[in-house]
Amino acid sequence: MQEPPDSIQQISLTAPPWTDDNESIATQETHPGYALQMHQAESFINELLARADARPASGSLLQYLCLIQRQYSCIPETTVHVLAERLSIPASQVFSVIDFYTFLHRTPRGDFDILFSNNITDRMLGSQALFGRLCQILHVEPGVPRADGRVTVDWTSCTGLCDQGPGMLVNGIAVSSLDEKRINEIAEQVENKTPLKQWPADWFEIKDNIQRRDILLSDQIVNGSAIEALINKGAENLLQAIEQSGLRGRGGAGFPTAKKWRFCRDTKADDYYVVCNADEGEPGTFKDRVLLNSYADNLFEGMTVCAGIIGAKKGYLYLRGEYLYLREALEETLQQRRQSGLLGNNILGQEGFDFDIDIHLGAGAYICGEESALLESLEGKRGIPRKRPPYPVNQGLFGKPTVINNVETFINAAKIAVFGADWLRAAGTEQSAGTKLLSISGDCERPGIYEYPFGTSVSQILADCGAADTQAVQVAGAAGTTLTADAFERSICFEDLATGGSFMVFNQQRELLAMVKNFSDFFRHESCGFCTPCRVGGALINDLVNKVMVGHATQLDLEEMKNIGSLMQQASHCGLGATAPNAVLQTLEKFPDIYTARLANRSFEPAFDIDAALAPSRKITRRDDPGAHIAYEPEQSSKP
Amino acid sequence: MSATVTFLLDGKAIPFQDGDTVMDAALRAGEYIPHLCHNPEFTPHGSCRVCIVEVNGRHYSACTLPAAENMNVDNSSEAIMAKRRSLLQMLFVEGNHICPACEKSGACQLQAVAYYTRMLSPHFPHFFPRRSIDATHPDIIFYHNRCILCGLCERASRDVDGKNVFTISGRGMNSRVIFNSDSGKLGDSELSISDRAASICPVGAILPKSKGYQVPIGQRLYDTRPISLVGDSNIRRNDKT
Repeated sequence: MQEPPDSIQQISLTAPPWTDDNESIATQETHPGYALQMHQAESFINELLARADARPASGSLLQYLCLIQRQYSCIPETTVHVLAERLSIPASQVFSVIDFYTFLHRTPRGDFDILFSNNITDRMLGSQALFGRLCQILHVEPGVPRADGRVTVDWTSCTGLCDQGPGMLVNGIAVSSLDEKRINEIAEQVENKTPLKQWPADWFEIKDNIQRRDILLSDQIVNGSAIEALINKGAENLLQAIEQSGLRGRGGAGFPTAKKWRFCRDTKADDYYVVCNADEGEPGTFKDRVLLNSYADNLFEGMTVCAGIIGAKKGYLYLRGEYLYLREALEETLQQRRQSGLLGNNILGQEGFDFDIDIHLGAGAYICGEESALLESLEGKRGIPRKRPPYPVNQGLFGKPTVINNVETFINAAKIAVFGADWLRAAGTEQSAGTKLLSISGDCERPGIYEYPFGTSVSQILADCGAADTQAVQVAGAAGTTLTADAFERSICFEDLATGGSFMVFNQQRELLAMVKNFSDFFRHESCGFCTPCRVGGALINDLVNKVMVGHATQLDLEEMKNIGSLMQQASHCGLGATAPNAVLQTLEKFPDIYTARLANRSFEPAFDIDAALAPSRKITRRDDPGAHIAYEPEQSSKP
Repeated sequence: MSATVTFLLDGKAIPFQDGDTVMDAALRAGEYIPHLCHNPEFTPHGSCRVCIVEVNGRHYSACTLPAAENMNVDNSSEAIMAKRRSLLQMLFVEGNHICPACEKSGACQLQAVAYYTRMLSPHFPHFFPRRSIDATHPDIIFYHNRCILCGLCERASRDVDGKNVFTISGRGMNSRVIFNSDSGKLGDSELSISDRAASICPVGAILPKSKGYQVPIGQRLYDTRPISLVGDSNIRRNDKT
């Protein structure tokens, strides 16, 4: 055995992990991941375990892996074996988790790992050209670390900066409002090895951008007042108030909140959990980003009220990895609440009212926004949606009854506790009480956060955000509804257009097929792979969309897309697969011209594309000249 | 008189017990619902979706659907069979399934269910993925080309053998089975030929070495009778050769 060298990686146990990394970037000449000595891995994991003892939430396998990734820009194989041994799990289980989450890697990324947001709204703001430019000036191939290990430039799914895009993540930290000047400056910082925290602070400034406030964003509550209301009124009375308010889940599904809490409360168990779903991954949604930034106390208050009602001692905030930059402030808010007696043991002096909240980071998996996949992820596993029944209210986290709600739902609940049921009832419609936060982006003058009473029409919203000449609106994200102009009188509410809040506007100049392709690429990338229709069907339909894009598709291919889409809707294991083909199916129906205009006008189109099949050869020979292609000879159509 | 609760499967009353899935009750009653990732020995998975049935206009996987009284289950309409064919075709094009060159041919459930549902061609364009073969184990060979990600080897190794040799890793189309050993090779794992996991594969992904063509073509499990009458190749049976 070789003698262990002295330079063991230092980590701080108090500062957020990314600040430590940034220190090490400037000094890291080579990737320690390539040849990490066993004792180094052991000592690093020992420190992680010590930290986990202090805060048990970070004890999940996924949290360890996130920290190892940040430290070494990959998960060195040595650490996998050490971690598996310490946690008494098979090493293959650790690998299976690494391979599932896009932010975890077996091989090193660059010291600066730059990920451009790949949402259609970022693309509409010019992200593709900026991506190309950065790759060019840094001399880096997309997705491949530069030879000196300095930098990787790649794409990632929507980072939730659609109102101030194009956005990117640099070593996990969000950078907004990219333009050519900023791209040039970023390249300079990378070449100069400037540690991330010495980059200009305004690059990392993420604005709340609240354009319209209604009751939820306007009516403020004093910290602790909702918990006091719970103590004064009693759990049953408060549950009834929430019931009477008509509060429904704000993630989009609209399940009655009081009913969910009551199911959980009525399930006999020795432990209960409260989980907040802040894995805001639906493309075009960013309202939780704002709520977590400016209304975190209200959120934690709502979770604490829920805990008091169902009898939970432990809560988790599942924060999407893309919002890592919010973590430090959220931890501070939690700490302040502990100091104020609003979290911890004997909350507000109530004997036995014990509850605390831990933050759990995601690592780049849209599917973890599905509640049962989120629970799997919290348990440190791959985010594969569970079978139902059992439902989380009966058997949720670690098999215990669990309430999972959206950020916005908990904040509503906290305010109902203080202001009463009528506060929510006063706004909205009969079946959809209250308001909805919309994340508006795309072709409009004033993108941002808009809070509207349920029942507000799409045309009203378009007028308010300064959208003109609108061709289509995509409501509820990539999995949502594509609206044509004749449907703009429809309204946002559970009885009509249910949404988690994504609202993307496309004007007449946009080619909608680019949107369809973007969403189809997204779902292929984000399918968990568990069930056949979503895993394979999603890839088949994506290939067909691409076939349309390059002008090789025929009418038969459009029929095929409908058949595959319909099967995905009916046969998929979970909501992701069932909604993944929505954009394709709806645009085929509502905008058939965007497809037919690109169809190959020929009697026969071979399924095998010889030119595409030559792509690997072109890559190997580094040729892309006309002679390296076999072009299709456009067949003269006999039809007019 | 004890009341027997039943549901209807293609119009036929099927008795069931509390906790039964539609699949459990149907198999016990001798009714066949096509399936691949299901095996009565193990907790239902619900991933292949080949057991798709329709109840009141909605679709479910029969292996995970709790049986309920008076439920009217469509298990064999042409519409349901067409969906199953498409799902099977998806599995065929996803991997590299070359039946004439596969030792499992004739005893393979994927092939047998495809015959049963009258699948005539793979229909979809092949993905032709590049997948490897692990032949490092002295007694067992693993063909990733033929794996349909049913998860049965994972469940068998974990739940019966207590070894955790197999794990499904990755995401989406990059999902694949990996092996639990220091080198990641099957030969360095704890797998033994007598393990339940070694005989659980419904397709030709996990095969014993040195047993090729012991049963001649024409005399194999599904060569003369369909899977609906013969049953699964991977259930524990006395007459198993």
